Amino acid sequence: MSTASKPSASPAASSLTQPVNGQKADRVFRGVAYACGILILVTLAAVALFLLFRAWPLIGGDQQANSAVIENFTGGKAKSFWGYVGPLLFGTVLVAALALVLAFFVSIGIALFISHYAPKRLAAVLSYIVDILAAIPSVIYGLWGGLVLVPAIYPFWNWIAEYLGWIPLFAGPAANPPRTVATVALVLAIMILPIITSIARDIFLQTPKLLEEAALGLGATKWEMIKLSVLPFGKSGVISASMLGLGRALGETMAVLMILSPGLKYSFKLLQASQNQTIAANIAAQYPEADGIGVSVLIGTGLVLFVITFLVNLLARRITEKAGK
Amino acid sequence: MHTNLARRAFAALCGVALAVAAAACGDNTDPSDRPVSNASSISGSFAGAGASSQQTAVEAWIAGYQKTNPDAKISYNPSGSGAGVVTFLTGATVWAGSDKPLDSAQVEESKQVCSGSTAFDVPVYISPIAIVFNLRGVSDAGKHINMDAATIAKVFNGKITRWNDPTLAKQNPDLDLPDLPITVVHRSDKSGTTLNLLEYLKATAGKDWPYQLSENWPNDVGQGAKGTSGVISTIDQANGTIGYADLSQVGDMGTVAVKVGDEYTEISADAASKAVADSKLDESVPGANRVVLDINHATTEPGAYPIVLVSYDIACPIYRDENTARFAKSWLGYITGKAGQDQAKNATGSAPLPENIAQYVRASIDAIEVK
Repeated sequence: MSTASKPSASPAASSLTQPVNGQKADRVFRGVAYACGILILVTLAAVALFLLFRAWPLIGGDQQANSAVIENFTGGKAKSFWGYVGPLLFGTVLVAALALVLAFFVSIGIALFISHYAPKRLAAVLSYIVDILAAIPSVIYGLWGGLVLVPAIYPFWNWIAEYLGWIPLFAGPAANPPRTVATVALVLAIMILPIITSIARDIFLQTPKLLEEAALGLGATKWEMIKLSVLPFGKSGVISASMLGLGRALGETMAVLMILSPGLKYSFKLLQASQNQTIAANIAAQYPEADGIGVSVLIGTGLVLFVITFLVNLLARRITEKAGK
Repeated sequence: MHTNLARRAFAALCGVALAVAAAACGDNTDPSDRPVSNASSISGSFAGAGASSQQTAVEAWIAGYQKTNPDAKISYNPSGSGAGVVTFLTGATVWAGSDKPLDSAQVEESKQVCSGSTAFDVPVYISPIAIVFNLRGVSDAGKHINMDAATIAKVFNGKITRWNDPTLAKQNPDLDLPDLPITVVHRSDKSGTTLNLLEYLKATAGKDWPYQLSENWPNDVGQGAKGTSGVISTIDQANGTIGYADLSQVGDMGTVAVKVGDEYTEISADAASKAVADSKLDESVPGANRVVLDINHATTEPGAYPIVLVSYDIACPIYRDENTARFAKSWLGYITGKAGQDQAKNATGSAPLPENIAQYVRASIDAIEVK
């Protein structure tokens, strides 16, 4: 990400007889690096402008037509844009946060196992598998979730609803087939698991040997050593990794679209169907039927998602900075 | 954005196609030399657009029509009823398929593309809508469940929540119904299938169905699934589910036998035909030549199955272009005739147009002016 270019310390030694002017290459490289850095800013600005421009009829246009379109989308359940995007936003954050909670601890566990516990050869194989998992496209997870996991996991959710149903989150009866937030969160957790694991592993491996050996030398057990040296060292990196995972979960479309039975409620009933919907999946579901203003409404919800993703990253940056001090 | 572009591109393409067709016609020998009934005289490229429900049937019709008219190139864009009518009213397509008849404003607007005359709609595709369920011990044994309209409404309304509810047990003395929750599965997207089921419930269930008519599912009962395929796969996934879908998509899943009069009628193409035959024309619609059905959902005709989706084709009585007019007349004549209706029945399980309706359809199509 860093765009600063370091001047080369020693002149190029391609020829010993003729002096080589490294300044020109240096300048060219600096230019290229600057261009790349600026390009990312331009792209971001272009996306933001596109969203604002296309969502404009929503803000500056005929409000009556807007609410008619929104009523049409929702079958009369929502009338204003905020009444429409509110539950969607709630669903998006709920699903993504659940997925992150589910994935986070398992990821850290896998990463620590690979970096500090597993025998060398097993660690290499595991690393490789994690990287492959990270590369599987989300539609595959969606298909697997929709066709295999949904029918298979019902007995488990039913058991939870029966014995833990007194917790409002798990209020029964569990929907059958369980095309619910709980199932979606599980699939998303599996999806973001390899991303978090992969980054966390790399960071844990970079823990200075000196710190680890010092802890062990003071008589710490392996777990105490990890607690004292590895985890504090990796903290900010792990937070960045989770935010990357959260970002993917927030924007995930296909897997949600293929599994979730959508609803428009502010509801925490994870095991019941037709409670929530996410912004991204909603755009994909409604787009084919949308016309002029309808497209604007959907892009407006996209703008909200964009802003939320932005805020989440900003927050993560703040936390990372604090942790780094 | 994308659809708009695609629509525009499609419209432009159609315009070009029509121009080419017109040019091709100019090159031909005088069309009046040939009898209209000579099917082989139709050539050129013709486009229609509209209801996706008709798509499979239209594909079968195109294949059948081209057997006798190998020079006619026909395309159908299943862009949806609303989009199909809009495209038709721009003059880019020869005909539109729609799950809904035209409204008064659209009839008025059609004067621009129909050379001053007004467009008309005729029913071409009647598809029975099945109430599908998955219940171990019943549906996998090939058995039907009997339900009257009020029971269906209460199930889809969340009032009846278990399969062994006394209301169900009383109507199905031969079945051993399990103590299992009912999971309702409905469409999560807008759909003509939903609208037609709701029309049936509204007309027959009375106070048990308090909702307004809509293409969106009106309540929060059960689960939503995208498209007919989504509904079918969701029902397939769990024991105790019930939903609705076009008969052609049902396969060997269990279907509900609906109470009509004193008997329970199992779903079939011919039973749906009977219900349509027992229906009246809606005479109140403005415009000439229109055949709009007012389906008699509350029919008591023995053996009739009253939950049907009627899909219309919309065309002009006068076309600017001679070749297009001849095509429209022969094409609509073919698809609403016996051969075409049988073709659709074989391909999709649709119900053939009953004779008492077909005569009005023929009269309307005959009104297309061909010099």
